[in-house]
Amino acid sequence: MDQNISVTFPHVLIFFPLLAGLITFLFKKDAAVKSWALFSSIITLIVSLLSLYYANNKTLSGLDFNYEWLKHIGASFSVSLDGMGRILTLLTAISFPIIFVATYKNQYKNAPLFYGLLLLTQAGLMGVFVATDALIFYFFWELAIIPVYFLCSRWGGEKRIQATFKFFIYTFTGSLLMLVGIIYMYLHTTAIHDKAGLLISEHSFSMSYFYAVTLSAPEQNWLFWLFFIAFAVKMPVFPFHTWQPDTYEQSPSAVTMVLSGVMVKMGLLGVIRWLLPMFPLAVAKFDTIVIILSVTGIVYASLLAIRQDDLKRLVAYSSIAHIGLMCATIFTTKQIGLEGVMIQMFNHGINIIGLWIVIELIEKQLGVRKISQLGGVAHKAPTLTIMLVVIAFANIALPLTNAFVGEFMMFSGLFQFSICFAVVALVSIILAAVYTLNMVQKVFYGPSNSLTATMKEISVNEQIALSIVVVAIFLTGIYPQPLFDLTKDTVAEIITRFK
Amino acid sequence: MSNTLQIVWLIPFLPLIGFLINGLGRKQLSKSLTGIIGSGVILASFLISIFVFFQVKNGNSHVAHYFDFINTGSLKVGFDFQIDQLSSLFLLIITGVGFLIHVYSTSYMHEEESKDFAKYFAYLNLFVFSMLLLVMGGNYIIMFIGWEGVGLCSYLLIGFWFKDNNNNDAAKKAFIMNRIGDFGFLLAVFWLIAKLGTTNYHDVFDQVSKLSSFDITGITLLLFLGATGKSAQIPLYTWLPDAMAGPTPVSALIHAATMVTAGIYMIARSNILFTMAPLTQSVVAVIGLATAVVAATIALKQNDIKKVLAYSTVSQLGYMFLGLGVGAYTGAVFHVMTHAFFKALLFLGAGSVIHAMGGEQDMRNMGGLKKYMSITHITFLLGCLAIAGMPPFSGFFSKDEILAAAFEKNPVYWGVGVLTAFMTAFYMFRLYGLTFLGKFRGTHDQEHHLHESPSAITIPLIILAILAVVGGWIGIPEVFMHGGHRLEAFLEPIFAQSNTLVTSLNEKHALSQTTEYALMAVSVAGALIALLYAWNKFSKYEKSIEEETGFAKVISNKWYVDEFYNAIVVKPIQSIAGFFSNVVEKKGIDGFVNGVGKAVNYGSRQIRLLQTGQVSAYMLMMVVAILILFIIQLFL
Amino acid sequence: MPINYYIFLALALFTIGVIGVLTRRNAIIIFMCIELMLNAANLLLVAFSKLHTATSNIATAGSDAQIFVFFIMIVAAAEVSVGLAIIVMMYRNTHSVDVNFLNRLKN
Repeated sequence: MDQNISVTFPHVLIFFPLLAGLITFLFKKDAAVKSWALFSSIITLIVSLLSLYYANNKTLSGLDFNYEWLKHIGASFSVSLDGMGRILTLLTAISFPIIFVATYKNQYKNAPLFYGLLLLTQAGLMGVFVATDALIFYFFWELAIIPVYFLCSRWGGEKRIQATFKFFIYTFTGSLLMLVGIIYMYLHTTAIHDKAGLLISEHSFSMSYFYAVTLSAPEQNWLFWLFFIAFAVKMPVFPFHTWQPDTYEQSPSAVTMVLSGVMVKMGLLGVIRWLLPMFPLAVAKFDTIVIILSVTGIVYASLLAIRQDDLKRLVAYSSIAHIGLMCATIFTTKQIGLEGVMIQMFNHGINIIGLWIVIELIEKQLGVRKISQLGGVAHKAPTLTIMLVVIAFANIALPLTNAFVGEFMMFSGLFQFSICFAVVALVSIILAAVYTLNMVQKVFYGPSNSLTATMKEISVNEQIALSIVVVAIFLTGIYPQPLFDLTKDTVAEIITRFK
Repeated sequence: MSNTLQIVWLIPFLPLIGFLINGLGRKQLSKSLTGIIGSGVILASFLISIFVFFQVKNGNSHVAHYFDFINTGSLKVGFDFQIDQLSSLFLLIITGVGFLIHVYSTSYMHEEESKDFAKYFAYLNLFVFSMLLLVMGGNYIIMFIGWEGVGLCSYLLIGFWFKDNNNNDAAKKAFIMNRIGDFGFLLAVFWLIAKLGTTNYHDVFDQVSKLSSFDITGITLLLFLGATGKSAQIPLYTWLPDAMAGPTPVSALIHAATMVTAGIYMIARSNILFTMAPLTQSVVAVIGLATAVVAATIALKQNDIKKVLAYSTVSQLGYMFLGLGVGAYTGAVFHVMTHAFFKALLFLGAGSVIHAMGGEQDMRNMGGLKKYMSITHITFLLGCLAIAGMPPFSGFFSKDEILAAAFEKNPVYWGVGVLTAFMTAFYMFRLYGLTFLGKFRGTHDQEHHLHESPSAITIPLIILAILAVVGGWIGIPEVFMHGGHRLEAFLEPIFAQSNTLVTSLNEKHALSQTTEYALMAVSVAGALIALLYAWNKFSKYEKSIEEETGFAKVISNKWYVDEFYNAIVVKPIQSIAGFFSNVVEKKGIDGFVNGVGKAVNYGSRQIRLLQTGQVSAYMLMMVVAILILFIIQLFL
Repeated sequence: MPINYYIFLALALFTIGVIGVLTRRNAIIIFMCIELMLNAANLLLVAFSKLHTATSNIATAGSDAQIFVFFIMIVAAAEVSVGLAIIVMMYRNTHSVDVNFLNRLKN
């Protein structure tokens, strides 16, 4: 292995936010911190956009960007961008500027710490999406989550300690299980030799070595669950989801947006990039169980969403339903479904961030999130309402908005796996219409009350943030082909493993 | 490549432009400018549609491909427009009737604030855009885009006056019921993709022989479920009457002339699939017939002028499905066309009346409007005659064609259909009588205010009335005039595949001329009697406050269908959701998670007692532990 | 002398040490008992080292045990100095060297 010192896009995507975050801690003035965070996130976005153009390999090439790191235990700092990585890093890079713009007016105590932790999370997310080495993957996995514990417990709502604790227990249990799995896998990899044939390390953390491990069926079975539970908690899949509504409700909005828009994709990526290729036998064995769980979760969460009175919890349950669909589709390992998942991972992030922004704006102005206390907001804030209606309809996958194509292909994949599951899961499009329209009606339409009469139209910043979301919704809704082009080779590669 | 029909993208694109201009400039544009833009783009589309129509008539049909909507390893969906006889006919109906309704709206909606006025026109343009996508799409996915798009516009327009929550409820109901239909539509498309890997009409219809009969039956039943949602058939029809909460021109355009016929268009488009699935065809026919009867009975007792028309629309749509079910595809499409003319006319006429009455919709408070609004009155009467199936008005020809085909298939269908026709004549002339005949029963203020509507309202009425009269003449039955059914000849290529199949299966025994004359005579005579009876009875109507009893009460309460759905669908879902959220989520899953936490807490509190604080106790424990380790080491 | 004698002596010393630690409450006596146990271990180490040297033909065999003993003695000396200092502090605070008074951390 040559010491290849050339700096590549994945490195910049990881280290720039990391450095920016560390620099943020040094700031003294709150105002400057905001501009700096926004500025640095825009730079990240530009890098991410450039990476779409300049790197042409669409599948993971394993060891190509490879620094020897902990050479003697076989860990290397190897990162790579495939189609899925590129789409998710793009999502991460787009989300943060939108979040920063939308919450620009918010005052956070000890702002340097707040923004610094957020940027560290961004670095962690980027790392998870590009890592091709299990140790690096695990490292960034934790780096992404740990700042969230602090963000949620310091800047959250009333019950923030309880919520953080729950979140911590859930995710940490998952992480530890995964760590056990990683170590077991590590101990079964073959040794690394250098070109001269000398032994470098007995084992390797490299992804390609992990893929090459041959495991017996019983081994695969229990390892599958170790990894799956870690990813399932993160997504989250029914019945590992109860941390999510609490955490979303209690976290500060910016953090909720990161959690729901981007961080849930860590679990999906984990399943696609690590779980499926490592344990094909176990996947073939347990796919039905996982799909049953996910499909149950879809209907269950949709029904719960109908009953929620708190806007944040409503969106949280709606997100559980959407993620459940993605998880179910991944385990069908149908090409059409996976192609749908790829673009839906991106689009779901955009839509849900849009929804959070709207909720945040209402809460900031009126101080309430209870649907029963709101009404008639449309009279006072027509622009906000139009944006919300667009985002809400994107959330229920109306054609020509971004979510339609993805959901269509995912359901189609599910249908090819089993008609029965597809029928049950498809009920959710009806339920989604019920809860979304209920919400739109009760919050925005109807007569306004004494509280909502004080509502004001949204400011320019907020309009910009929402406009970006709305433009993205229509752009990828009307012409989704670029996203397909980006990811179809990745999907084809995954599919060949299952043929 | 350079097919002249490649320019058809302009037809939906222009309304989209109109939507964008009116939508984005709603604060700047004046009302007249909004109206001109809104109507102008539709007019332009209409003119292009005429051009397209004549191109198609001269034998030029075309699938225009613009860009790849989805192009992946597993699925290819082009953004394609398919221009052929069927779509060009629908283009004419949509843009033509649409244009008239836009013109009408400029006057009808004039009292709105200019911002809302622009919003209204933006929505209306968006609707036309979606509807055009629906009929022009070259595959099921583009059709579905339009299909959901019209649902969205319907939602927005029903809830146009969103201050009133009743309107919002109606809008929500419409959207959700449509979604239930979409559920079926989507499953059908997934089924097609799973079996054939394509959704292009041409490819699907060419490969139809690859499908097993189970597949075809399943697909067509699911497609039909989609159609029942959009076209308001049993069991999903209850949204349409509620949808009358929207502005009246909207009811005319969306909930009578165009959107609700999307289901018929879809089935006519997929005719070969349905022809190959006899079971589905029977289901379609029976559901259509049942809807026709049920809706007609409800219409007998409604007092809201728009509600009567709404139920009448449901009933007429039932006829169209009957036509589709018995294989009379041309008849169904023909009825779509004539119905678009006379029902749009009736709705717009009703709108004119409501406008004059200052928003009053209850017919018991009307009466004698004949002498105040002559143009509205005459055009309305023509519309009533057309829907009642009086020759030579348009409704007669299309209804007759469907009934004749129904008789051929099964005389029972015909019997029920004719009965419905009698009821139609009755309730329409009840409506006419209550509104225009007799003496005025409203308040003095209203009477003082009565006036004929301005020309932006009356001119569309006149044009539609002419169409309602002569529209049927393009489909004169063979018995009257050889080669008189020009529509059938025009649409022949669309249904050719089905027709060949039907002929090859069983000899199509045409009805004898005498039978056909007899059938016509019965239906016309019956309808005439019902009409005259209603005319006579309701021109002398006096307001009374009698309680309805028995059957009359059941039908004036719409067969209690809404209550029934509430009890078996809405309430159970609410309570299941409540159960999940309060019991399963909180006590079950969260209870388990918190239980684990509590168990750990409790356990550690118990173990804590071991820490006595006495050094010698610790020592003792240590020694005991060492001894135990020794014992284990030595003996085990 | 047979190795058994050394073992019995060490066992006796160790047992006395354990019993002393368990039964006495005076911190200084407990402390001395601990030393007794350490010395029992030392005795055994030396004895076995000797045995090992005698039976092996390698000259340096068993010498590591001797080195261990020195280590233990040094560590014990360090421990004594720290331990006595703690006991002195304890006496200053509680005016007693009874370990049963040392349960204040409990609550």
